[in-house]
Amino acid sequence: MFYEIIVVGGGHAGCEASLASARKGHKTLLITGNIKNIADMPCNPSIGGSAKGIVVREIDALGGEMGRNADKSLIQIKMLNSAKGPAVQALRAQADKITYPKEMLKTLRSTANLEIKESLVEDLIIADNCVKGVILENSEKIYSDIVILTTGTYLKADILVGDTRKREGPHGEKPSNHLSDKLRYYGFKIIRLKTGTPQRIDKKTIDFSKAKVEYGDNEYHTFSFDNKTYYDKDKQTPCHLIYTQPETHKIIRENLNKSSMYGGLSDIKGVGPRYCPSIEDKIVRFADKEKHQLFLEPESLYYDDIYIQGFSTSMPIDVQEKMVHSLPGLEKAKILKYAYAIEYDAIDAKQLKQSLETKVITNLFTAGQINGTSGYEEAACQGLIAGINASLKLEGKEPLILKRNEAYIGVLIDDLVTKGIIDPYRLLTSRAEYRLLLRSDNADLRLREYGYNVGLIDEKRYQQYQQKLKDIESLKQLLLNNKITPKEEINKYLASINTMPIKDSLTLYQLLKRSEINIYQLANLINIPYSDEVQKQVEIQIKYEGYIKKTLQEAQKMVDLDNKKIPADIDYDKIHNLASEAKQKLKEIQPTSIGQALRISGVNPTDISLIMVYIKKEYFYESKSI
Amino acid sequence: MNDTIAAISTALGIGAISIIRVSGNEAISIVNKIFKGPNLKEVNSHTIHYGYIIDDDKIIDEVLVTVMLAPRTFTTEDVVEINLHGGISTTNKVLELLLNNGCRLALPGEFTKRAFLNGRIDLVEAESVMDLINAKTDQARDIALTQLKGNVSNLIKDLRNDILDILAHIEVNIDYPEYEDIEQLTNNELKPSLTLLIDKMNKILAKSQNNIYLTKGIKTIIIGKPNVGKSSLLNKLLNEDKAIVTDIEGTTRDIVEGTINLDGILLDIIDTAGIRKTNDKVENIGVQKSLELIDKADLILFMLNMNEPLTDMDKKIIDLIKNKKYITILNKKDLPKNLFFDNINLNNIVEISIINNQGIDELSKMIKDMFLNEQIGTQDYTYLSNSRSISLLKQALSSLNESMKGINKNIPIDMIEIDLKNAWNYLGEIIGETYTDELIDQLFSQFCVGK
Repeated sequence: MFYEIIVVGGGHAGCEASLASARKGHKTLLITGNIKNIADMPCNPSIGGSAKGIVVREIDALGGEMGRNADKSLIQIKMLNSAKGPAVQALRAQADKITYPKEMLKTLRSTANLEIKESLVEDLIIADNCVKGVILENSEKIYSDIVILTTGTYLKADILVGDTRKREGPHGEKPSNHLSDKLRYYGFKIIRLKTGTPQRIDKKTIDFSKAKVEYGDNEYHTFSFDNKTYYDKDKQTPCHLIYTQPETHKIIRENLNKSSMYGGLSDIKGVGPRYCPSIEDKIVRFADKEKHQLFLEPESLYYDDIYIQGFSTSMPIDVQEKMVHSLPGLEKAKILKYAYAIEYDAIDAKQLKQSLETKVITNLFTAGQINGTSGYEEAACQGLIAGINASLKLEGKEPLILKRNEAYIGVLIDDLVTKGIIDPYRLLTSRAEYRLLLRSDNADLRLREYGYNVGLIDEKRYQQYQQKLKDIESLKQLLLNNKITPKEEINKYLASINTMPIKDSLTLYQLLKRSEINIYQLANLINIPYSDEVQKQVEIQIKYEGYIKKTLQEAQKMVDLDNKKIPADIDYDKIHNLASEAKQKLKEIQPTSIGQALRISGVNPTDISLIMVYIKKEYFYESKSI
Repeated sequence: MNDTIAAISTALGIGAISIIRVSGNEAISIVNKIFKGPNLKEVNSHTIHYGYIIDDDKIIDEVLVTVMLAPRTFTTEDVVEINLHGGISTTNKVLELLLNNGCRLALPGEFTKRAFLNGRIDLVEAESVMDLINAKTDQARDIALTQLKGNVSNLIKDLRNDILDILAHIEVNIDYPEYEDIEQLTNNELKPSLTLLIDKMNKILAKSQNNIYLTKGIKTIIIGKPNVGKSSLLNKLLNEDKAIVTDIEGTTRDIVEGTINLDGILLDIIDTAGIRKTNDKVENIGVQKSLELIDKADLILFMLNMNEPLTDMDKKIIDLIKNKKYITILNKKDLPKNLFFDNINLNNIVEISIINNQGIDELSKMIKDMFLNEQIGTQDYTYLSNSRSISLLKQALSSLNESMKGINKNIPIDMIEIDLKNAWNYLGEIIGETYTDELIDQLFSQFCVGK
């Protein structure tokens, strides 16, 4: 058996990786422990959220699947931060946990060049530091040019509840017991991480009258730029908001020593996520907070499980019973699944190149939780990039490396490989320096061209995008070329929409710059024959033009530094006076540019100036003299 | 490791002593080779030794040698300083000996560059060294010294922390929109802390600009119609015949410069061509340049003659300078008065007679009063003293003002943040925490050799 690309693991990273590779025409094999769990959502029943929602749009712009699949399976959707500026808005949807995997499996099965196999991979075939294929649990060998590992939390996974530890993956699946040892043997640094998930409650046993109802938005949204909706906005499934009670906090404090992370188990090595902490973590860390908010989220339309977002814990089950019953409306709740923590092996992402190929073994790529991230979206976007870059490598082309000013995906991968991680990495808006450029609305403007160039966006979708570009330009021209004059009826209208009257004539373009004006109000002054999507885009570009320009200038400074390349064979020992911490980090991470080096923690501007001086003078002098 | 560098650290010329500084791994052993006296390899750090510099057996000079071992030295390397009797030829001879024995001649600013690159001083401190070297007055030297102690770095760090606090607040709000229990930061809540910050920076800027007069001098132009005595005044102030003074109109065609020290205040005086309508091409260039210079000047000395009535040209000049800092100098007070102002309002009038040496002290006092009125004591360290830092501070301030404008216009908070971040970055550039490529090379090329 021979494949061009083997993808190990059928989670969100694995699905994107195998689809990208197969769609690019490469014979691809997806190996998963259980086909039923493909594109499974073992934790929260939602896709998107702050920053993550933008990543889903980026995945779609590049030709990935997550956006379209989420559109097919969402049961509620809203735009977060809609009262704030466009830079921080992001979509968040409740996705049906039955529909989402089902739709994804359908897509995988209908994709040419893609085969799916059920098995566990326990070793790699390596020759001359280059991967040649995988070895299954039954010792069967399958050969390939490239292997992409997207094993998620399944490397030596341990499920922890209170003081019990069981070696299994989510849903009691068999974990891979040997692969991480083999990886360590091949030279990877293995780290132990931990994450958790809250209880699932029987919907019928919750008194929702004690909770605040949270509805979806009253307008249609889609993650995908295909703009195809599958839901009825008037029939979205609501979520509910409740708060922890003093009693809840008391129970947790009294039982802290029983929580597997607070003493119940003495052998916990995994580091939990800072940005998605367990409830006991929150109560200890934010001791002065009287209450924490919890969302009751429906998992699916097809069964009754309610997910308590914000309540993840590793307390023993008797304590969990008490905790849950202390919550308003959940006094008599029946717990269908107890909360658990999962501890797993991951690799140190500093051993990866920006392309997601490992520096340790040629043609081996890794993506998703194995690289230390947390979250479906973070996994999916890495899978997509690994799939694209594995294919590009086969084709002898340069990898697709997105810059920090181009995509959250670029921010995420650069953070991973440059800074490394200690706890599971969650994408946050604040991680992006140029977030005004990385908006939800313009993901296609930023990335569709790349998607088309790598071959994941077909001609039809590309033409649709080209049309949008044209429309944006012509609408801008329309607003530039049309003026309003200080006539009485004009000023009357302006007064009616609460904006200053005009004294001199003014282009509509200028009028739209007023912060209180929106583009739909211009429809009363001129006929605007363009789609909502185009109108909104033009409005943002005009209204925030000054700020966008400023951000572009700042971004250019970074791009300039990123374009200053550091030679791959640089010898940091030869640079005098480099601080030893900086030297060690630089050797470990091997930054490819001055910009990247500058982002390494522990490397300060003085170190950078030393490197610059060395590269400018001595390096080129030395290499010339050879 | 770095090679060992040497350079003459004192101004070349005939002085009581001159100092040669040597820095690097081999500093001690190289100096030891040409030193007759105690074995410098065996002496304690930070000690001074008497002896002779010798070339073979020939004594070149009687010297004091200071030995300072790494890392507690200016460059953090081994440093030896040789105190010689002055004299160009002796000093050069000793330097030559050092170079022959394995030292390399230091590049301009290389000692300070090493100190900076070795983490001994930060960028502001490095700049202060440069200021210290170039200090022409006592006040300027004091300011440079206080900066060298790191006071400015701390000041900037405080400002950056203030901005960072605001930024952190905004970021939390943006990152966790679904969490209602995180305090929502609205534009209005931002206002007080921002106002405070802007106020603080305005004060620092005002002080700093005043301060730069002390260190860099007050750009002063003398302006007035031809033959009014501008060059004579300049010469009086400079005490030397730099400008050509004649009675023929338009003699001073080039712009002549001079620096004078008025009891601690530096005046960068520029003698200007007389402003008048002229067809003379050569002079025309001078006139145009004068008009441009008015714009750039910190102080304008506007000259009139007491014995001549006000001309249209004078009125034009008055119009040009009325919004600038200026002093009206009425020359030739010894001659019969023929000058009347009618409705024209002129301030800061001082009457002088250059020929009779009258009123010059009053003029000096008026200049000093104008610029030292709010003079900052050099013990007050909260200001910046070089134009690079000040211009960055200005940029930071203008970013903050932009964000304030945005707040008032109800722009979304994530936009406001862009300006705040820019302000934070500009301040970082002052102390070298925001990396910019060109800065370091540019900076060190300005240093003079041996410092």
